[in-house]
Amino acid sequence: MATAEAAAYRPARRTASERIVGFIRKSPVHLALLLVAFVWLVPTVGLLVTSLREPADITGSSWWTSLLDWRYTLNNYDVVLDRGNMASSFVNSIIITIPATILPLTIAALAAYAFSWINFPFRDTLFLVFVALMIVPIQMALVPLLRLFRDFGIANGFGGIWLAHTAFGLPLGIFLLRNFFITLPRDLIEAARVDGASNLKIFMRVVVPLSVPALASYAIFQFLWVWNDLLMALIFVQDSDKWPMTIRVNQLQSEFGITWHLLSSGAFLLMAVPLIVFFALQRYFVQGLLAGSVK
Amino acid sequence: MSSTAVPGPVGRPRGRRLRDFSARSWVQGLLFIAPAVVFLGLLVIYPLVYTIVLSFADTNAKLKIVDWVGFENYTTLFTEDKAFLDLDSFPPTGAFVNNLKWVVLYTSLSLALGLLIAVLAARVRYESLLKAIVFIPMAISATAVAIIWKFVYDPDPDIGSLNALITLFGGEAQAWYGREDLVNYALIWAYIWASTGFAMVVLSAALKGISEEVIEAARTDGASEWDIFRRIQLPLLSLPISVVTVWLLVNVIKVFDIIYVLTGGGPGGASEVIAFSMYDETFTNGEAGYGATVAVVMLLLIIPIMAFNIRRFRSERVTE
Repeated sequence: MATAEAAAYRPARRTASERIVGFIRKSPVHLALLLVAFVWLVPTVGLLVTSLREPADITGSSWWTSLLDWRYTLNNYDVVLDRGNMASSFVNSIIITIPATILPLTIAALAAYAFSWINFPFRDTLFLVFVALMIVPIQMALVPLLRLFRDFGIANGFGGIWLAHTAFGLPLGIFLLRNFFITLPRDLIEAARVDGASNLKIFMRVVVPLSVPALASYAIFQFLWVWNDLLMALIFVQDSDKWPMTIRVNQLQSEFGITWHLLSSGAFLLMAVPLIVFFALQRYFVQGLLAGSVK
Repeated sequence: MSSTAVPGPVGRPRGRRLRDFSARSWVQGLLFIAPAVVFLGLLVIYPLVYTIVLSFADTNAKLKIVDWVGFENYTTLFTEDKAFLDLDSFPPTGAFVNNLKWVVLYTSLSLALGLLIAVLAARVRYESLLKAIVFIPMAISATAVAIIWKFVYDPDPDIGSLNALITLFGGEAQAWYGREDLVNYALIWAYIWASTGFAMVVLSAALKGISEEVIEAARTDGASEWDIFRRIQLPLLSLPISVVTVWLLVNVIKVFDIIYVLTGGGPGGASEVIAFSMYDETFTNGEAGYGATVAVVMLLLIIPIMAFNIRRFRSERVTE
């Protein structure tokens, strides 16, 4: 009887004809979404297809004509990796990004642990001050940091950009991680404490293993942020041998003019890592985004 | 929990325990936050103060202070610097005015499109695929977005997709980023394209939080789809909408990379914005004091937005 009621309440499984009617009634929605998919896919696909065409073909005919006349090549990638210096700047991007992700992750996690589970005076005030620093635009620090790095003697290496990205990534990291750490069960932390575990041990053995999703979200965020950054690299990476891919792609324009076979393949090399990260770790990425914005 | 706690003064209320600082936890707390304090103090707070000081100074080419000028940089910026703000021409022009266009168009359209796509996509089976397509540009760099759209906007209809489409329907090809009257809109659209995914993902997650039963009940009572959106979904979305708006506003005040790569501020400085003025004055013209003034203006524009955000954050906490 209860099932009969439920069946009456819930819409019954639809027949084929009902489905077609439903589809047609929804057709304005489908059309609108088709347009959305078109507008969001075509620009990227166009550039991808272009990156696979011969330079002479690119300037001779629209990119979609090649979809019928199937002759693609990876030559442009060869050229841009070698002559466009994208291979060495790919390595630079990695050298810049990995420490600039691990360093803030570690420092933010330590601070977030203290803000969640250690009692000390002015704790909440300090936390608010740290988080409030999120509002400081990097423009407020470019010149003083540049002078500071020159004084430290690290203006020519990777040191400056590592430090700058670490400092400016911390407020968000502390905010995200602290918000996650305080949701861990209090009993667990207290029990470890009663057993005589030190704070460092509780942090390493209890908090970090339980917080992998939050740590991953922030790490991905920071990684993509650093990888995709142009402005800070322009200022803090002075030596052209150490330029990351963002600067290099832009530099292709001034070096070779608007040559689409180089620009398109260069841009795709720049996008490759973020796209892989995005598709492999989409869940963490979206979780982090929602935690950072909604909470 | 309280029965197993370490023996202490009887009847101590639980909330008070936070105020109990043993000397050990003092030191340990400080040790844990020490690296963050050093980094934030030396590399964020000190530069922040330094830049504010710098905005009241004249500097030489080595970015060193040579003279104190009071508020002169500020008055010059808003009254004499035609590249920053020109109120004599009609309509007003300059980087500040351009940035206002960005604020209005980018924020409202990213939000509206994100909301629209979130609401529509919730009604179809291929929702997750569609959302992934719209969200992808969020993962890639503004540099790549700039190249993608520079290609779409290319003036040659054999290359640029937009002009190809227009000439296909008998229209005339345009130099989208080469014309002073079009360049800002072309750039703003490219950045909306890149950011709509953010608004969509946050709003879509919030929509999923609204009880399906409420919506079904309204539907049974004969409410139209528009009524459901307007009277049920929209009011319940007001908090995430304000969160997204704040994020978009802060983002648009800092916009730089996409313009730097797509137009370099051109043609003739027509697409410069505030962050661009800061970069140009400081690093192209070597005027660090004047550039610092522009940076302080950016900060002053961001502060009220964030203050609003924190107030909302607090009030939400109270009702929680």
